[in-house]
Amino acid sequence: MSKDNQLLEEFTSKEYEYGWNVNLEADEAPKGLSEDTVRFISAKKKEPTWLLEWRLKAYRQWEKMPEPTWPNVHYPKINYQDIIYYSAPKQKKSLSGLDEVDPELIKTFEKLGISITEQKRLTGVAVDAVIDSVSVATTFKSTLGELGIIFCSFSEAVKEHPDLIKKYLGSVVPMGDNYFAALNSAVFSDGSFCYIPKGVRCPMELSTYFRINAANTGQFERTLIIADEGSFVSYLEGCTAPMRDENQLHAAVVELYAMKDAEIKYSTVQNWYPGDKNGKGGIYNFVTKRGLCFGDHSKISWTQVETGSAITWKYPSCVLKGDYSMGEFYSVAVTNNYQQADTGTKMIHIGKNTKSRIVSKGISAGKSQNSYRGQVHIMKRASNARNFSQCDSLLMGDQCGAHTFPYIDVENQTARIEHEATTSKIGEDQIFYCLQRGIDEEAAVALIVNGYAKEVLNQLPMEFAVEAQKLLALTLEGSVG
Amino acid sequence: MLEIKNLQAKIGEKQILNGIDLKVNAGEVHAIMGPNGSGKSTLASVLAGREDYEVINGTVQFNGKDLLELEPSDRAAEGIFLAFQYPVEIPGVSTINFMKTAVNKIRHYRGQSPLDAVAFLQLMKEKMKLVEIDQSLLSRSLNEGFSGGEKKRNEIFQMAMLEPKLAILDETDSGLDIDALKIVAHGVNSLRSKNNATIVVTHYQRLLDYTVPDFVHVLYKGKIVKSGTKELAKELEAKGYDWIKNEAALV
Repeated sequence: MSKDNQLLEEFTSKEYEYGWNVNLEADEAPKGLSEDTVRFISAKKKEPTWLLEWRLKAYRQWEKMPEPTWPNVHYPKINYQDIIYYSAPKQKKSLSGLDEVDPELIKTFEKLGISITEQKRLTGVAVDAVIDSVSVATTFKSTLGELGIIFCSFSEAVKEHPDLIKKYLGSVVPMGDNYFAALNSAVFSDGSFCYIPKGVRCPMELSTYFRINAANTGQFERTLIIADEGSFVSYLEGCTAPMRDENQLHAAVVELYAMKDAEIKYSTVQNWYPGDKNGKGGIYNFVTKRGLCFGDHSKISWTQVETGSAITWKYPSCVLKGDYSMGEFYSVAVTNNYQQADTGTKMIHIGKNTKSRIVSKGISAGKSQNSYRGQVHIMKRASNARNFSQCDSLLMGDQCGAHTFPYIDVENQTARIEHEATTSKIGEDQIFYCLQRGIDEEAAVALIVNGYAKEVLNQLPMEFAVEAQKLLALTLEGSVG
Repeated sequence: MLEIKNLQAKIGEKQILNGIDLKVNAGEVHAIMGPNGSGKSTLASVLAGREDYEVINGTVQFNGKDLLELEPSDRAAEGIFLAFQYPVEIPGVSTINFMKTAVNKIRHYRGQSPLDAVAFLQLMKEKMKLVEIDQSLLSRSLNEGFSGGEKKRNEIFQMAMLEPKLAILDETDSGLDIDALKIVAHGVNSLRSKNNATIVVTHYQRLLDYTVPDFVHVLYKGKIVKSGTKELAKELEAKGYDWIKNEAALV
């Protein structure tokens, strides 16, 4: 028997042991979800046993959980057995030139002012090995390394920093937290890991953009960011251009962990495929994002601009455990055509003198439905907790919907909570005022909408804010008149 | 510059303009007066291109172009400016940002390159002096929380920024105290030249003490029933509108 055969023999017997009969050489897991699928993914990623066990435990919990029906969104039942849960990134068909890309997409890129190189990267056109971002990434990595900052893919972190992963994985979002978090815990493909050591202020915005190997992390992404005592990091997620992506279901998990005096600022601009004008296709974006302000005086701030996806279901939340800790949530959610969004936040006040601030701006156009859902929970121990919430909705046209579901639970009488909500329409008067000054209708809508969302856009890092502004205008193009 | 012939317009089923004829040459100031509901504001809105009104008859030529065929934003770019009777609030958009967008859109229409930040700021500072407006006001959300006087002054500031060929002031004097009125009038007067024209739409004569018109027209039931010089405005102030109504009834 040759050496190869011997190996094969070993593998097959091992597989059998676990009732596993999947070909390891395959680049793709077979359709459907079972313990075997979970084992396949873990084996493919050469993970340690503890992580496989963790995944399996999550899978078993998921199996017993019902899919949530409380969000204000409607979609045909997802067949979880009809999804491929793992496929090697290289498999994606590479295009040979931009002329093979949908011209509509190229038009969008041009409007956003995205460089040709970046256009190619986003549409999956094969790019030369030497591109600007490679060298950027290299210098970037060495600067971070000198400060002791770890910033790598999740898989890499499992290999290089197993102790940190073991300690913090699932510490903020437990594997059985909710249906989609459990699903992610069982089958997550890859994602980002970031650790900022004590007292270090990360000198630049961390973005997956600079992490070349982060491309194609797939539909079940997992992000874990740990800010040690007194550190600061600003993290940018996502991309302002529409991603070419065939996966319909996205269930990501993001965990943030802030220790004493640490601050994490997490910004997202999400523009996945929203489906066509008739509501066909589009991504289901079911995300669990949560930050834990573990230490005293820690702070976590979420900023999101959500313009894409057919269905968005996400509630970036803060658990304010440390005394004097602070949570913030700034959100702009835009829906057009047949998009549906149910998004908001949870602020859980546990520590004393904790503060939270919520600013949510919903914009609905076309036949879309846009819901804000938020919870402010002041626990017994949280004396002198304070919350301020502002939820505004802007309607364009008369066929869309805006909904607000605020929940407030107070168990401590010293709490101070303020809630403001408004609903408005883009007025014909406003549009005409702009027109009369020589500003055409498209530019008028962009101006008015960006003014409305200004408080949130101001929270974004500069270069991101400019793109986000253009994106808002683009999403709402043709929705008036 | 502007030639209106037999202009008729309606809103819904109600006809408001019943055949307006008016000719405005460069360098002239025309006042359009009339009692409430006579169609003064409608005329201003129709010229600016507000969609609520439907033109059912007549023509409007503006510098050789068929004005009624142009989109409202193109009319603005061609040089028509309307100072609104009720300026609109746009939250989160400062006057500075609003004007920067407008100036550059109009420049684009005219085939000019956009003004850079420095040039724009310089232009703005110059025009601010003209209407005695403070920069802090221009940094605030457009018209939001502005007093009546601030809103009107802001309109004249915008007019100064856009340097229109034809400015239409729709009841710009309403709600102004005498000091604000003088400032507004001073702004309007400084912008007068032999190349541009102004139409002042007003109910009262008092603005005309400061911005002296070359011609005064009285609008009643959607028609110009009397035209004259500034003396006509004084006569209206003294006698009220009733004699016009009576005269019109006799015709």
